[in-house]
Formats: sequence, C-alpha cells, structure tokens
Amino acid sequence: MEFLRPVSLGEALEMKAARPEAVPIAGGTDVMVELNFDHRRPAALLDLTRVAELAEWSRDDSVVTFGAALPYTRLINELGTDLPGLAIASRTVGSPQIRNRGTVGGNLGAASPAGDTHPVLLASDAVVEVASARGTRSIPASEFYLGVKRNALEPDELITSIRLPKATGPQQFAKVGTRNAMVIAVCSFAISLHPNESRAGAAIGSAAPTPRRVRQAEDFLTEVLDWESPQALPDSAKRRFGELVASAAEPIDDVRGSAAYRKHALAVLARRALGWAWDAYREGERSCA
Amino acid sequence: MRVNITVNGEARQVDDVWPGESLLYVLRERLGLPGSKNACEQGECGSCTVYMDGTPVCACLVAAGQAEGREVRTVEGLASGDTLDRVQQAFVDAGAVQCGFCTPGLVVAAHDLLTRTPQPSDPEIREALAGNLCRCTGYEKILDAVRMAARS
Amino acid sequence: MTTTVATQGGIGTNAQRPDGALKARGEFAYSSDLWHEDMVWGVTLRSPHPYARITSIDITEALRVPGVQAVLTHEDVPGTNIYGLEHPDQPVLAEDVVRYQGEPVALVAADHPETARRAMKRIEVAYEVLPPVVNTEDAAHGRAEPLHPNGNVVRHVKVRHGPQDVRADVVVTGEYEVGMQDQAFLGPESGLAVPADDGSVDLYIATQWLHADQRQIAVALGLPPEKVRLTLSGVGGAFGGREDLSMQVHACMLALRTGKPVKMVYNREESFYGHVHRHPARMYYEHGATRNGKIVYVKARIYLDGGAYASSTGAVVANAATLGVGPYDVPSVTVDCWGVYTNNPPCGAMRGFGAVQAAFAYESQMDRLADAVGLDPVEVRIRNAMSEGAVMPTGQVVDSPAPVVELLTLVRDKPLPAKGNDLTDMPGGVSNTTHGEGVVRGVGYGVSIKNVGFSDSFDDYSTVRVRLSVIGGQAVASVHTAAVEVGQGLVTVLQQITRTELGVDVVTIEPMDTSIGDAGSTSASRQTYVTGGALRAACAAVRAALFERIGHTDLPLDHDKIVEVLGTDVIDEVVEWRHRPTYRLDPETGQGNAHVQYAFAAHRAVVDVDVELGLVKVVELVCAQDVGKAINPEAVLGQIQGGTAQGLGLAVMEEIQLADGKIRNPSFTDYLIPTVLDMPPMVIDVLERPDPHAPYGLRGVGEPPTISSTPAIVAAIRAATGMALTRVPVRPEHITETS
Repeated sequence: MEFLRPVSLGEALEMKAARPEAVPIAGGTDVMVELNFDHRRPAALLDLTRVAELAEWSRDDSVVTFGAALPYTRLINELGTDLPGLAIASRTVGSPQIRNRGTVGGNLGAASPAGDTHPVLLASDAVVEVASARGTRSIPASEFYLGVKRNALEPDELITSIRLPKATGPQQFAKVGTRNAMVIAVCSFAISLHPNESRAGAAIGSAAPTPRRVRQAEDFLTEVLDWESPQALPDSAKRRFGELVASAAEPIDDVRGSAAYRKHALAVLARRALGWAWDAYREGERSCA
Repeated sequence: MRVNITVNGEARQVDDVWPGESLLYVLRERLGLPGSKNACEQGECGSCTVYMDGTPVCACLVAAGQAEGREVRTVEGLASGDTLDRVQQAFVDAGAVQCGFCTPGLVVAAHDLLTRTPQPSDPEIREALAGNLCRCTGYEKILDAVRMAARS
Repeated sequence: MTTTVATQGGIGTNAQRPDGALKARGEFAYSSDLWHEDMVWGVTLRSPHPYARITSIDITEALRVPGVQAVLTHEDVPGTNIYGLEHPDQPVLAEDVVRYQGEPVALVAADHPETARRAMKRIEVAYEVLPPVVNTEDAAHGRAEPLHPNGNVVRHVKVRHGPQDVRADVVVTGEYEVGMQDQAFLGPESGLAVPADDGSVDLYIATQWLHADQRQIAVALGLPPEKVRLTLSGVGGAFGGREDLSMQVHACMLALRTGKPVKMVYNREESFYGHVHRHPARMYYEHGATRNGKIVYVKARIYLDGGAYASSTGAVVANAATLGVGPYDVPSVTVDCWGVYTNNPPCGAMRGFGAVQAAFAYESQMDRLADAVGLDPVEVRIRNAMSEGAVMPTGQVVDSPAPVVELLTLVRDKPLPAKGNDLTDMPGGVSNTTHGEGVVRGVGYGVSIKNVGFSDSFDDYSTVRVRLSVIGGQAVASVHTAAVEVGQGLVTVLQQITRTELGVDVVTIEPMDTSIGDAGSTSASRQTYVTGGALRAACAAVRAALFERIGHTDLPLDHDKIVEVLGTDVIDEVVEWRHRPTYRLDPETGQGNAHVQYAFAAHRAVVDVDVELGLVKVVELVCAQDVGKAINPEAVLGQIQGGTAQGLGLAVMEEIQLADGKIRNPSFTDYLIPTVLDMPPMVIDVLERPDPHAPYGLRGVGEPPTISSTPAIVAAIRAATGMALTRVPVRPEHITETS
C-alpha cells in the first residue's frame, strides 16, 4: 500500500489521475475503519489533509462554499449561522472526536444512504464541486447519489467543495437512532424553507438505496403554504406531508431497524420538523412585521 | 514508510511503517506509548483519544502518514512528572476509575472540555463525553470527576 | 482480645485504588499493551459458517508469505484438543466440524499483524456447509440434529416445591424473551505468551480465573500445570466474558512452536466471536394468586440457548431455575429450565448469570399480577416479598437478612424527578427528534435476588498469602493471591482488610499469578467474600504468629509494636479458606441447600418515552441494595451504578442480533452500549444488614443491580405506553408496532 501526500489541489488531482485506484482519505472516519478491520486493502491512500484549499470556506451575500475536507466542528462553529440545517445534522454526527475529523466531503465520498448530512444537502439545493486533472464539474446534490455507496464521481475525480445558498428561512434536521448519542441514523429527515422562492426543500436519509429528495411532499407544501401571510398549519396538513414523505421511502429491514418502522418514523419526523420550521418562519415574519 | 511526529513535546521518527497503520498503532506498538487504548478501533469508544495539533481525535482513525509533522499529545503527556494533571487527579479522587480502559481517552476528552469551557454545565459535560464509552462505572463518578476538576 | 489500632484506609473507608493514578496516567499495563523483544504477532482464522464439515485445510500458500513464522491447525495441538470450563467439549482448533460462526480453525504467527492477516487469508479451508440448529426449544425437546454425542440438552433442572397442581383465583400468564447480550468489556482479548528453554511457557493474560485457565491450557498443550505459568496483566473489564478461554492456548501454541514471544490482540469484531455471551432466553410463566394478590403458585418453563459449546451453561441453568420465582414467598413452585446446544454463538457467564433472564420474566409477571388484582406494583411485591427465614423453592431456608420490603419501600418513597428541557434530556437527545411532542413519562419497579459465590456443591475456596516484614523501619504487609482484579476494586479491598486486620498502613499487592494456589473465579460477586475471607484468615494467622512472639495477646497491635517485635524477621502465612459448603440440587426435585448467600437489590425507573417514535430516555434510576457491610462504600456505589447501566443497556439497546446462527452486528457501531447521554443520574441507598455467616457480614455486590434495573425500566416503558412489551431489548419497533 502506498501513502500519497499531496500538498496542493493540483498535485492531488495529478496523483488521482495517475492512480485512480487511490482512495482519498481526510477525516479517516470511514476509510480507517475499513483498514483496521481488514475490510479493504486499497493499493494507495491519497491523504487530503495537507491540501489547504480543501479545508477553507468563503461566502458572499447569498452563497457559502466550503472545502470538502472542512471538519464538522469547524462547519458548526464557523458556518452554523448561515447553514443551520447542516449545523444541526453535523451536531448529530458521531462524537466530538469524530466531528473534529469527519467531513462533508467524506460523507459524500462514502455515499452511504445513512450519511447524516445528505438530506440537508438535498433539501438545501447544495451543489457538489468536483475536479480532476481534466477540469471541474458542478453536480447538484440531487444528481450526486447513484446507488448504495455509489456516487457520480469519475475515478480520477475528487470532491473539492460544497456550495450552498445561505439559509433564507428556517431549516430543520431530525434523525432517529436507538441511542441518545453517537448513533448511525435508522432514518433521517431534513427540511429547508426557501421563502424567497416560496417553496421548501425536503429529503430523507437511510430510507432508500440513496438519500433522496421527496418531491411530491415538496410540491404539497408549495400548494398549502401561504408565505405572504403565514398561518398556523392545520394538523391534517402536517400529517399529509408526513405521509407523502413516508411514501417516498423505499427502506429495507436491517440490524438498525425495520422497513416498516422507518416509514412510520419518517412520517412522524417530517410532520414534526415541518411544524418546527413553519412555526419558526411565522415567528420570524411576525417579529419582522 | 518513514513518519516524523512530535509526541508529547519530543520529536520522534519511526521507520518501516506500513501505510495502513493507524496513529494508534504507531503510538502503542512503535513508540512505546500504549496509554491510548484500542477498545474498538472504529471511532466508537473514544479510548484512543489524543490531541493532534491541539484537537482531540480518535488516534485509531488517523492514518499514520496523516500524523506526519503533527504535534500529538497523549494521556502520557498530561502529567507534570509525579504531579497528575487536575483531570487525572480528579478521576482518581472521585473513584471514576474501575477497569480504567476508558480512562485515558476520557481524561483527554475532559481535559479538552475544561480547556474550552472551564465551568461546564452537566449537559455540556455529557455532550462532550458522549464519544467515550465506559462499561464499568455507569458514568456517574466520571461526571463527578469532571465537576471536581472544574472546581480545582 | 486481639485488637488492632485503627489505621487509615481500613474496611468501611473510601480508600483509593492503588492502581488509580497509574491508570489515569495511561501507564497501567493491560494485556494488549505488552511488548517483548523479538515478539511476533498471532492471528486466528475463524469459521465463516455456523455449522459445517471441514473437508480439508491447506496451509501451503500461507506458509509461503514472507515474514510468516508458523501456521498451525488442529494437527498441531500438542495435548488434548478439547477444553471447557465445566465440561470439556470445545476444540482448541476445529477438526472435522465447526459448530458456530467464528470458531477458530487455524493460527498464524508473523512479524507484523498485517503479514499475519495476509497469510491467514491464504489458508484454504474447504467446508461442506450444513443447516444450522438455531431453535432452542427444538434443541431441548429432541427435535433437532444432535450437535454433540450426548444430544443437545446441556442441563435440565427441575424444581418442584410444595404441593403441585394447585389452583388459584387469579391466573396471569406470559411469554417472555431476552435477547443475547454481550459483556462488551472495553479491553479486547489479548495476551503475550513467552516460551522458555525447557519447553514451558509463561502467559501474561487478562482473565477472570488464572487457575482454571492454567488447568485447561496445560491439558491442551500436553504439559504439566507447573510448566504453564500465568501472570495476570491489566484487565480491561470482564463481566463474565473472560471466564472461558479465548486466545490463551493459541498464543501458547504459537510461542512454543516459533520459540518466540507471541502477542495476540483481538479487534472489536473478533471480540464478538471470541468470547461467550449472555444466554438468550425464552420463558413461559404462569402465576396463580389470591384475589388480594398473594401468590399461590408459579409454574415456569425457561429455555436458555447455550450455543455451540457448554461453557458454564449448566450453572446458568441452575441459577435461572432456583432463582426463577424471584425474591418472593411462593408456596408451590414448578420450574423446568433447559440449557441447550445450538449453532448459535456459545453463551456462558455474564453478570447476573441466569438470574437476569428469569428476573425479566418474573418481574413482568408481578406487574401483570398487580394489574389483574388492581394493586400498585410495589404493593403486590411487598405482599409477596420474602424475608429472613423464608424457604426458597429449593427448600433452602434463607438464614440471613432479606430486606426485600425495605428495599422496595426505599425506592418507592424517593421524590420523583422534574421534567428536563434541554434537548439532551429528550428521547432521541441531540438527534432532534422531539421538542416534547409525544413524550409520556412512566415509572416502573424491579427487585432481584442473586446467589453469591459458586453453588451446587462446588468446592469454592481461595488461597491467600500474607507476608509481614519491616522495610526501612516501616512495617509492610504484602498480599499474594491469584484472585483476579478486573476493575471491580479487589486490590483496594485487599489493602483495606489487611490494614484493618494488621494495623499496618503500607500494604503491597503482589502480582496475581499461578505461583500460589487457586483463588477461584472473579465472578458470582464472590471475591470480596471468598478471597476477602481467606485474607482475613491469613491476617489472623500472621497476627497469631506475632502474638506468639510477644508472648501475650491482650495488647493493642500497632505499627511501632510490630516493628519492635518483628525486627528483621518475616512472618509468612498462607491460608486456603472456604465458605460453608453448598449441596447438589436433587436432579428430580431441585431441592437442596445449593447456595451460600443471597443478595437483593431494588430499582425504580423513571422514563420518558416518545410514544410516536418509540424512543426512550431513562430519566432517573433509583436503587436500594443490601450489601451486608460496605467494605468500600464508594466502590459499592460504583458497582451499583455500573451494574445498573448494563441492565439499562439490556432494557433498551443491547442485543447481538442473529440470523441463521450468524452475528449481524459484530461492532460497536451496531452493538450499542449506553453512552453518558443514555445513563441518567442515580439515587442510591445502600443498606448494611450483616450476614452472620459471611466475613464482616458482607454480601456480594456486583450482580444484583444488573438484574433489577432491566425489569424496572421495561415496566416504566409499559407504564408510559400501555404496551405489553415481552421482549428485551425493547426496540422502537415494539413500541410503535412496526416490527
């Protein structure tokens, strides 16, 4: 096994082009587990922790761009105000030690359906910036996940950054686990209100072969939400939303939970999270008025 | 592969490192520092918690080569000679040590918490230590120890 | 009068652990920390199948890997290729058949663990896969293929007490299930075997019972026991999971073959295959009672899955059967308990040892009975609670305090906790699943009974040597025993007893090893009792020798006197000490004075349940336990807190999930144990009602809290949800009916 240590993005991309089988490693929270347990023996590891530009972030009036190797702890502390949904989801990732190392880029690279940040990225219209020696591509999150642990990356490409609009409305994330901390999602749900576009984004995790947006449920919200003069949502609307979210799931039975439970729990999470987000929006509108 | 790491203030060089080795393996098996523990090697238990460049991390999830040029501080590097660090002393005084296999990782995690938050609330302590499993104590005396260290 | 002058850190004080600072510094040497010049690494090839015939093993390619020092199979086992804690039935390395997934098949030693792993993957084992036996009841009743020569029943214990075929006005029945729990000690199985020139071997090991290991290893290696020397290294928790052998024989075989020190360290995944687990149970109970809630009879059938090999299944069965009705007066008892072989992972000792499974069933039944007769759950327990002088279902009279009523009253009368409002107080915690929606509070109770020490006619003893000498003008006592410190604090207790008995401040604890006689297992909550008893007797012998020198016995014995009398002499006394004998259960009726002591604990659990999501937050646990005499009150609290946490784990999250004999979650990612955010604050009352038959009146402490916390928590979840919940761990699927 070789250990490749690029110190710039350019060098990293050249190495990846020359050695497409090299496995990128940043926080190590997935790759090292596979190595420690002899589940994987890649020919080479491509260490991204020395590539400074991958751990930087920038923002303008409307968009935040952060490097794929920015650890969750920094994301929460430095970008939590602009990206509240991502901050809530990041806070549920593993433990403090894991959040000090783990990255959104790693979540995307692994493309596990249970990755905590995926639903937020989908609900918030994130774009995944990828690069290779051949050039760069922007892949909307909604087109990034192709299958269980499969993503849209070509073998010579690296995830460089993630671009998200700054939150223009309340965002929520909720995940079910069978322990009160440090747990992989049994299922998860994210919702981002986009008042500027009079719509909401919503997505589920750990409930289908890939994380996925729940478009029917989003469309339902477009119909029922009155953004100009927001009213309290009737319980029936929240329930309907929950049902639509659950109906978009195609979960499996596994050690973490049953398919039936996942569907059931998603309906509950979606109903609650919509309520929290919408109430916060109404609260915000009232205090602005 | 050769790796240079500053460990507990001392520049160390190790040779013939297999690139699949973790920082934890290098510390324990190559540098004679087995204080960081190997309870799960999958980032779930926190028993291998060390500071790397001042940030607490699971040493089992750091590839040896990623530690190149970094500053690592392990549980062995917290005491000053015979004088225990206040967190270590509090763990002893509070009866927070039973089998002790989780203790090194918890000591580092609690040390970091008190550095960042000198007077943590109970929920803050619990959230900060949620990544450190203990199977013996039920955590009560660990909480006592952290409260005690915060007062000292 | 042989008095001693009170000294610091004697019994009843909160003396600190002698190893605490070393552990906090990271300088305590656990079995996985050992290192030796010229050491090589050993790894184990395991069966991927729960049941298969081995048709061939080819190690040729493995031997070719550069850096490999040895590749061994069953053909290389020097002695008898069979071992076992109670009865030998388990091969050191599989020969023609494997009976569980993870059964060791071959060993490799190499200069780096990665080299060893790569070579291991090149061993070719041809298997003929067979359909596994996984149904416990089929195995018990002869409906499955026999996996061992004498069939699949390891032990069937019958308890027949009082008139049989009794009728009652109120009858409650229930079927209950307990999943397979893992000890999940944090320090993985590991050790270092160092060969000697004379063909003997030294093994530095984390275990619970040095001499039982030594006996089994010697047979497997074909060596006399004195050529297999064991020294205890640091033990990272045990909880029953180290009572059986894991890598002991393997490391010794590799060391003897290569002539080099061999280190073996399991990783967490391997650890799930490397030790026995708690027996899963299926239990059928029927309680008959009067209309005012007085129990008339209990009938129970209990099935315990012993897995592929016997381990301590026989003793676990006896416990579940004899303690199967709980700490209650029951005039008519009919219990049948089976422990069987299947192709599931082997099960054996875990804290609570058979009593845990039964308690979940009998306490669930008590709640059903309370419902049926319209009584409060504590009241129905109090009406039936046993007390000193009660007759157990075995006919044994309980001849020391049994303050069950008092324990129940104590936990019931504690004030109830307030609602929390931080996200970390909610079910789901920081995962942000509720801001209070769907959250319902429930309160539940559990009470437990556990035998202390080895039972059923086992010759249960310990050996202790005490040396008293003067070093640099200071009297120093040194204590040597093979009794194993696993974290529970035996080393502290040994110092405390010695200080009290000899009036000496400085007490050193010698390394625990097999150069002294057997001390029995660190299990069954027995070491403070048995090795503590042996130590007290050894100290008495030392004291007698001192008084002999002084010439009279009516002086207070203090430090200066010892220094003056002893001079350069050394007093050295070895004592082998037994508790009073126990007797074999009658095989037809289960009658007999089988247990030496009983211990009791009660819990009250307060939980918040998100009834829509089925998530549980245990808000508070109250415990009251009688410990007879608290040798170290803080350490007693530590045992109660830690034991309670393991019971919480079984109640709401911990289970090795099996599918056709295979473990589906061999990792700390999917086998979840409680974190600090799962374990609530505890309120604890410790009673000290001395047992006149025990040293200092003490009672074993470690196990009772593990037993009663589980049923208390489940009862609280039932109270919050109104659901029957007959299986632990309770999963969100059970509460939401989405299994």
